[in-house]
Amino acid sequence: MSEHPAVPLLEVADVATGFETLRGLVRAVDGVSFTLERGRTLGIVGESGSGKTVLSRSIMGLLPHHGVVRRGSIRFEGTEIGHASPKEMRRFWGDAMAMVFQDPMTSLNPVMKIGKQITEAIHTHLDVTRQFGNELALSLLESVRVPDPERRMGEYPHQLSGGLRQRICIAVALACGPQLLLADEPTTALDVTVQAQVLDVLAQQQRERFMAVILVTHDLGVVAGRADDVLVMYAGQVVEKAPTATLFGNMKMPYTEALLRSIPKLSEPSHTRLAAIPGRPPDLVAPPPGCRFAPRCPYAQDKCREEMPPLVAAEAPGHEYRCWFPVGSTPVSIGPSSGGVA
Amino acid sequence: MPEQPETALDAITRDAADHATPADAGTVDFAAVTSGPETARRRRRGLRVGTWVAGAWMVFVIGGAILAPWLPLDDPQNSVTDLARKGPFAKAGTAPGHLLGGDLNGRDMLSRLLWGGRTTLVIATVAVLIGFVIGGLLGLLAGYFRGRTDTILAGLFDVFLSVPAVILALALVTILRTQPSASGRSSAGLDPEVALIIALGIVSIPVLGRITRASTMSWSEREFVVAARAQGARHLRVLFREVLPNVLPAMLSIALLGIAIAIVAEGTLSILGASVQADQPTWGNMIASGRQVIAIAPHVVFEPALMIFFTVLALNFLGDAIRARFDVREGAL
Amino acid sequence: MAGTGTAHLRPEGEALLRVEDLVVEFHAGGGRVQAVSGISLDVVEGETLGLVGESGCGKSTTGRAIMQIIKPSGGSVRFEDQELTKLRGSALRRLRPRLQMIFQDPISSLNPRRKVGSIVSEGLDIWGTGDAASRRAKVDEVLDAVGLDPETARDRRPHEFSGGQCQRISIARAVVTEPKVIICDEPVSALDVSVQAQILNLLEDMKARYGLTLVFIAHDLAVVKNVSDRVAVMYLGKLCEIGSPDLLYAQPAHPYTAALLSAIPEPDPERNGEVPSLLQGEIPSNISPPSGCRFRTRCPRAEARCEVEEPVVRQVALGQFVACHFPLEPGESLETGDVLAEFDLA
Repeated sequence: MSEHPAVPLLEVADVATGFETLRGLVRAVDGVSFTLERGRTLGIVGESGSGKTVLSRSIMGLLPHHGVVRRGSIRFEGTEIGHASPKEMRRFWGDAMAMVFQDPMTSLNPVMKIGKQITEAIHTHLDVTRQFGNELALSLLESVRVPDPERRMGEYPHQLSGGLRQRICIAVALACGPQLLLADEPTTALDVTVQAQVLDVLAQQQRERFMAVILVTHDLGVVAGRADDVLVMYAGQVVEKAPTATLFGNMKMPYTEALLRSIPKLSEPSHTRLAAIPGRPPDLVAPPPGCRFAPRCPYAQDKCREEMPPLVAAEAPGHEYRCWFPVGSTPVSIGPSSGGVA
Repeated sequence: MPEQPETALDAITRDAADHATPADAGTVDFAAVTSGPETARRRRRGLRVGTWVAGAWMVFVIGGAILAPWLPLDDPQNSVTDLARKGPFAKAGTAPGHLLGGDLNGRDMLSRLLWGGRTTLVIATVAVLIGFVIGGLLGLLAGYFRGRTDTILAGLFDVFLSVPAVILALALVTILRTQPSASGRSSAGLDPEVALIIALGIVSIPVLGRITRASTMSWSEREFVVAARAQGARHLRVLFREVLPNVLPAMLSIALLGIAIAIVAEGTLSILGASVQADQPTWGNMIASGRQVIAIAPHVVFEPALMIFFTVLALNFLGDAIRARFDVREGAL
Repeated sequence: MAGTGTAHLRPEGEALLRVEDLVVEFHAGGGRVQAVSGISLDVVEGETLGLVGESGCGKSTTGRAIMQIIKPSGGSVRFEDQELTKLRGSALRRLRPRLQMIFQDPISSLNPRRKVGSIVSEGLDIWGTGDAASRRAKVDEVLDAVGLDPETARDRRPHEFSGGQCQRISIARAVVTEPKVIICDEPVSALDVSVQAQILNLLEDMKARYGLTLVFIAHDLAVVKNVSDRVAVMYLGKLCEIGSPDLLYAQPAHPYTAALLSAIPEPDPERNGEVPSLLQGEIPSNISPPSGCRFRTRCPRAEARCEVEEPVVRQVALGQFVACHFPLEPGESLETGDVLAEFDLA
């Protein structure tokens, strides 16, 4: 791999991924671009159907073989991997980029001991002795704060709790010292107190290794505390992109605002009426012309429904949004045109 | 078919090179993908070719079986002069009008195959029907109520399954049917065809029972079953209104396979001498009796064998198609 | 085993649903596991009781035990002045229309082979309420009330609907028999964020329209706060704290409640950053729970007494009850209290 400090670690340019289905081509990801530097955390926020999971899998190259159509360029340290075959990607997997998945119950092999699952990753990429592999595995377990690591090495996944399993998945992912870690909803299946622990571990590892992390989640709270930059996705597109503080302090995209307002907050009194977003996300096979959020947007005007807004820059550096009439520019108009219920 | 996605992808990557700027101006043009809508249209045509062919074959076989009495066929039990051991499409003058030749006794093969199909299919279908109804019912009860009911029923299934199927069937047929005895008086018993049906039926009960039980157990765990009970529904109502409709596709698919297996089993039992008498044809006993002349008149064995082969294949295809068609489509969250 | 007490229950006769010392045991791995160990709750008519806790706390089991879907191993459940645990067969079934339940997984709680109209009408069909025409009218009414168009929805099957719509259908099914109490078992946990808000608003609307009383079980504290009039916090089969949401969340008395609240990531970059989590270790297993106070193994305030003596529920403020030997004072923060040791629990 090339050593060009000037080249960003990950460059995603106009990436699109579509799936062929009986109904037509589902445009799961429809033109996403961003860059990621070492040591930074990017949070990708969106609901189901927004394309965030497909995007992370497209970056890793973990898509099915058939019925998938891809476009655009993904460069890792300058090397193009967007159309690489699984065989070519194997050089990168584990070694340069690794992934942690949502469900720790199914991410670990139920019939293989924990120790073996970690050392297997180690031996695939590093040419080391078994002794060294075991020691490395032990130190990895310690670094992800797994208590009593020697005992855990010999245990099976079903003997551990969800939080422990997820931390072990992180250990497996980190085994060969990747430069990029993709975490796809790593804490969604976990309890809230365990969630905090796992995210702490992730953050600590990132600092120590100067790793880049992409944190995919639907939880704006998780992103608020842990990400440097945030990408908000809706219906396969990026609708807002900003450093975290800027996003929460000065959001431009009505969807981001609506999302925030619809979440019940601890600071609000009980029985506060939630500002729910009416309707549902659009059909990804035949999305409407114009802005995809327009049918549900309280600020929507005719222009929104006719013309797709481009991603434009806001005043703050690194802040982009996709809206003709961003938050703060017009008063709330009549209401959404077509709603329906979700 | 692998060609098209390749070229579409190439076209797209070429296009992508032109739009290099990251901050792009809007939607990606997927119209460049030509394979998408077309492949979708192709798939939308529904059933695969194999399923259509399988269906056509079964229509032919079943149609022939049902219509046999009315078709202009030779009597399957009486020989025709000079037809013995003549192969299909025998030379001109020797076997006119006998498309598939004659068997070792000179009986018309085509007629015997159609009549034989009739008997074989009746045996197989009714036997599996017994298994379906009785085994299905027992499986439903075992899988839904669990506990002691399940222990007893599953135990019963296991006992029967532990005996090799052919031996069990053979034993049952022998017990059940009329035995011609040396003294000239036959012992009481059933008509061999009926005995065969019952024997194969009993053998298929535990098979269908276990499949139904497994499927019932998995469907009974679903929350809509709990919800129905929470509405105040009695157990039987829940079983037949909520669980059964979901278990039925699995049962049907297995039943079709079961018919295929029963057809082959009939053939095995014929060779062991436990099937219907050779005069009344079944595919199985045609093979059994034709073995003697396999060297000089192989068509006598191969024609029924091929009938069995294609029918079993067709039933497999149809069983698969049913399963695929009824696989529950879960909604999107 | 000493129960956690009933000090927080309101006088008999006031509550529509009253649970006392509920115990639910399972057979697991050769032994007996208590999922619920002596919970007492009550709900007054028109109230929403929120039941919150993490996995393994027994909240879902409590809900199902109240419904008698799971048979309680001990304790009492009184509904409308009848002792549910003593009812069997048709006597219990007759109560069902008045005590309904909504489930977590919207797809799995609807029969994929049945039409929506038939699913919703099931409660009426079982009991033969009214004639076919009036039943159909009622079904149309509730479908409309949950925001679905009866004409198009009635003849469709569940897989044609989204998760949020399926949950609406479940709500319609629960409401069609005009129940008094609905137990909601994590009704929004499986839904998308923006859909959650719609369903929560819908539940409030239905409650007002049909005069419902709800027991709302969830793990998301913010969601529970939003819908509830009273919140009960559970841990490992026991009750920790119960009180009004505004008070409870502002001044939690139980250390577990405080730790839970601090672990929630708020969508506010100022508040977060890296607050070190106050709870170490994992939730212990139900098979052999810690002696005395079950929370002591992870509690930064635990002392010798906590190991020996199980705390009993007592009042600490108006409407606020807690089961703890050393509850937090109003205004006291968990972080500044003495942190004895960091327990890393296996």
